[in-house]
Amino acid sequence: MTGTGELEAVIGLEIHVQLSTRTKMFCGCELSFGDQPNVHTCPVCLAHPGVLPVPNRKAIEYALLIAAALECEVAPRSIFHRKNYFYPDSPKAYQISQFDIPIAGAGRLGDVRIHRVHLEEDAAKMIHVGESGRIQGSDASLVDFNRGGTPLVEIVTEPDLRSGAQVREWGQLLRATIKQLGVSDVNMEEGSLRCDANVSVRPSGSDRLGTKTEMKNMNSFRFIERGIEAEIARQKEVIASGGKVVQETLHFDPSTSELHSLRSKEEAHDYRYMPEPDLVPIAPTRAMLDAAAGALPELPAGRSRRYREDLAVSDSAALQLSFEVEWAEFFEGVIAHDTEIEPRAAANWVTGEFAAELRKQGDQGLSETRVTPDALGALVKLVGSKRISHASAKDVLAEMVAEGADPLEVVEERGLEQISDSGELEAIVATAIDENPKPAEQVRSGNEKAIGALVGAVMKATQGRADGGEVTRLLRRDLGL
Amino acid sequence: MADRDLLRATAAETASLIADGQVSATECLDAWLARVGEDDLNGYLWKADAAAAGQTVDRAAADPVAGVPVAVKDIFCTAGVPTTAGSRILDGYLPPYTATAVSRLAAAGVPMLGKTNMDEFAMGSSNENSAFGPVLNPWDHGRVPGGSSGGSAAVVAGGLAPWALGTDTGGSIRQPAALCGIVGLKPTYGAISRYGMIAFASSLDQCGPLTRDVTDAALMLSRLEGRDEMDSTSVGIEGGVDPPSATDLKGLRFGIPADLIGEGMEEGVREVFDQTAATIERLGGSIESIKLPHSDHGISAYYVLAPAEASTNLSRYDGVRYGIRESNADLDSMYEETRGEGFGPEVKRRIMLGTYALSSGYYEAYYGRAQRVRTMIVRDFTAAFEQVDFVITPTSPTVAFGLGEKTADPWSMYLNDLYTVPMSLAGIPAISIPAGTAEPAGGGPGLPVGFQIAAPAFSEQSLLEAAFALEGAIGFNQAPPGAKR
Amino acid sequence: MIEREQVLHVARLSRLKLSEEEVAVLERELSSILDHVDRLAEIDIEGVEPTSHVVPLENVLREDLPRPSLDRRRALEGAPDPYEGAFRVPSPQAEA
Ligand SMILES: [Mg+2]
Ligand SMILES: [Zn+2]
Repeated sequence: MTGTGELEAVIGLEIHVQLSTRTKMFCGCELSFGDQPNVHTCPVCLAHPGVLPVPNRKAIEYALLIAAALECEVAPRSIFHRKNYFYPDSPKAYQISQFDIPIAGAGRLGDVRIHRVHLEEDAAKMIHVGESGRIQGSDASLVDFNRGGTPLVEIVTEPDLRSGAQVREWGQLLRATIKQLGVSDVNMEEGSLRCDANVSVRPSGSDRLGTKTEMKNMNSFRFIERGIEAEIARQKEVIASGGKVVQETLHFDPSTSELHSLRSKEEAHDYRYMPEPDLVPIAPTRAMLDAAAGALPELPAGRSRRYREDLAVSDSAALQLSFEVEWAEFFEGVIAHDTEIEPRAAANWVTGEFAAELRKQGDQGLSETRVTPDALGALVKLVGSKRISHASAKDVLAEMVAEGADPLEVVEERGLEQISDSGELEAIVATAIDENPKPAEQVRSGNEKAIGALVGAVMKATQGRADGGEVTRLLRRDLGL
Repeated sequence: MADRDLLRATAAETASLIADGQVSATECLDAWLARVGEDDLNGYLWKADAAAAGQTVDRAAADPVAGVPVAVKDIFCTAGVPTTAGSRILDGYLPPYTATAVSRLAAAGVPMLGKTNMDEFAMGSSNENSAFGPVLNPWDHGRVPGGSSGGSAAVVAGGLAPWALGTDTGGSIRQPAALCGIVGLKPTYGAISRYGMIAFASSLDQCGPLTRDVTDAALMLSRLEGRDEMDSTSVGIEGGVDPPSATDLKGLRFGIPADLIGEGMEEGVREVFDQTAATIERLGGSIESIKLPHSDHGISAYYVLAPAEASTNLSRYDGVRYGIRESNADLDSMYEETRGEGFGPEVKRRIMLGTYALSSGYYEAYYGRAQRVRTMIVRDFTAAFEQVDFVITPTSPTVAFGLGEKTADPWSMYLNDLYTVPMSLAGIPAISIPAGTAEPAGGGPGLPVGFQIAAPAFSEQSLLEAAFALEGAIGFNQAPPGAKR
Repeated sequence: MIEREQVLHVARLSRLKLSEEEVAVLERELSSILDHVDRLAEIDIEGVEPTSHVVPLENVLREDLPRPSLDRRRALEGAPDPYEGAFRVPSPQAEA
């Protein structure tokens, strides 16, 4: 075996997304979160004798929308299967899921290939009650069937991810994409988006897959990133010390950063999948497929590409803006203010200074701020056309965020317009060189870094109203560079 | 009018007695409830009380069948009324809802007389698999009534109900109807909603009427059939069902599957079958030999498919939400003891068989293969119906057998469904009508013999017409000796 | 043929507690039934599609409209061990 330095991680994800339909997957009970236990149940979702499932049309439509967003091939005819296992959260002792013919197959999101997308139903919630609710001296659990039967879409990726950080970034892209489709709340803490990761390592460049471990149900992408990194390190260490990775299911404890092996029952699972005889096939019609394609909004991946390629926005700003549709809309409002505004600069202002100022002033959200896209556009234009300096613009922005002030009024009131008269600026520059002989001499003798002190002096003298670029140009000229 | 006459009447006759004002719906119900109270066949697991059943009568619309009470197999969920499917695991269970079939009859003003005994979860051909004791055949209390709708068949034949609702997965309406000398109809899969019918094998289960004559079968079917939004697999019968009126069989072709019938058939059964075939010809029908080359594999395919579906359908009986629970020691004990104590031997046998057939490494060899054989059986019927209008067989290879006679060897019991299972696998409608009597193999008084007619999917109307014409010509009008009807 | 070990394995998958006697009887009976069923292997099924449905239906769907749920008292009415509005079971964690 080669050394650990030449091992690479191979990661695939299974993501469960709770759909935000009004009713459950196979019965008319309403979906809820946080209600009293067992108030949203009926004979069907309690699996009484004799009941039958009837699929929710909206859930099928949402699954087709997700499939379209992930550029998946939709199966002309897919069927449901029963996945059999006994557990109190599964009232029929089988989950209705899809097996060999899922509703959608191969697709792609960003640089990760999608293996499949399928529909299934969620399990009920179990609460461990400990001492107070014991049965005959042993611990007990309470089953709440409110969540049981919630429609789920399971998205399975190909093992295309290579690091915890990539998983976090891609996971956030997936979440943003699904959020924008409006088919799920994608709230990881409430469990409406759940992510399991299969992790293995192998010699770099190999196309074989190593033994994988499964990491279950982590409730934030930060934890997932840390958990995966910890697991990759552990597997590399196992292999480096001549050991073998054992297939198991792991839980990552974010508070201690430790990995625990979950109970691995002696018996392997045998789900005894069989076609669900109570349901007929799903064969999406042309109309259903067209409706899904027609309902697709601009999605984060496409928007990010458009910002980068058409608007020359920086990679990081494009990504940030694309993930949150409100921010993207705000940004588009800013550049709509005036055609002269450079989108790249506007994007930097929105994701940089503006976002920072909102955080600084009471952690405001976009929905709360009194700053309109138009007003921020006006500010960006003032900077872009060099009517005010960057430093002044930051002060104006603070006032806009604090009071909803109009940037032009603030600039006028406070006389922040840049010194546009080059004679005036040249005089101030000359004075600065005279009054700071030491840095001036250093610059002359080749230490260009020392110019910073002279720029600072000019800025102080002009109270930030000078254009930094112009000041530097004049200084260099006067100092003979 | 005398109760005696009322209790002899068919459902259709009773309906016209009520319509003519010769008897009130309430008097009719009271007379039948009194009769139910005299059940000496262990046919009923629950008996209605007059007040509750009367409400349905009062609600009755102007439906012509209003007021003719029905016995309901205990496999149908009935809100607030004990429903056990013949199993101890559901002892004490009160469903929170009512099956669509029962609701449809109630909507037509048909009150429920009681819930009838059955083989546990409809698994059986003799009714000896009920957790609540066997049902006795009204023709001979030492013999079985057939199963699994044995209670429904026995109470109709024995004069304890004018008609009854049963279910058929591999012959469970037709075979007991044959063994008790009444009419039993298994409609096309999808004709009637399965919602609320406790599932045995979901792709095969279908409910239907057990009645004194073909007219009653048509009458009940007309009220039961229809699409139900609670059952994705329900279709209904296009055009509905009308009372049959045919008097001859002119121009109709009847096919005898030579490769299916033969093995294990009793001599007396063969005689009645041959006589009936001759009657068909007398009525203008023609008899042809047809091939159903894979039908004799029907039993083998059925005993993979049905147990496999049953094994998952019965997983919900786990002691968590309803029914009995046997242990709280730990989770596994709760499951294993509840199910180990709650299910009887035949149910356990089939759960085991089905779980095995679906388990890792065996799926293709058993379940996958059986599904493909099912396809071939479906194709056989499709081909046969290009040649003939109907397929005919005896309903059962034997007349009613003795209690305990076949319990030792499961396969010999399963073979009782040899002629009924292929139609179930193909999902097509089939009716059993009484065609005569025959001495049992060991000798003794004559026992009823059933004659089965099968037709293409959703052609219930022509099936009923043919059965009606034949019924008239056969003129079987015998009640069990000493029966109350 | 099915062996004792398989009977025990299938009983475990089925969550059925069986007595020693039942295990022995099932070993014999299941073997005998499977002997008959194994005749299916004689049939040439090459290229034949499986049938799991005989109904020629597709896309039978329900609109996403709520129906009334059960009153909770009713939902818990027949429960073997209702507790504080829920269905109580022995804890799976206790087995670990
Ligand atoms: Mg899943
Ligand atoms: Zn429900």
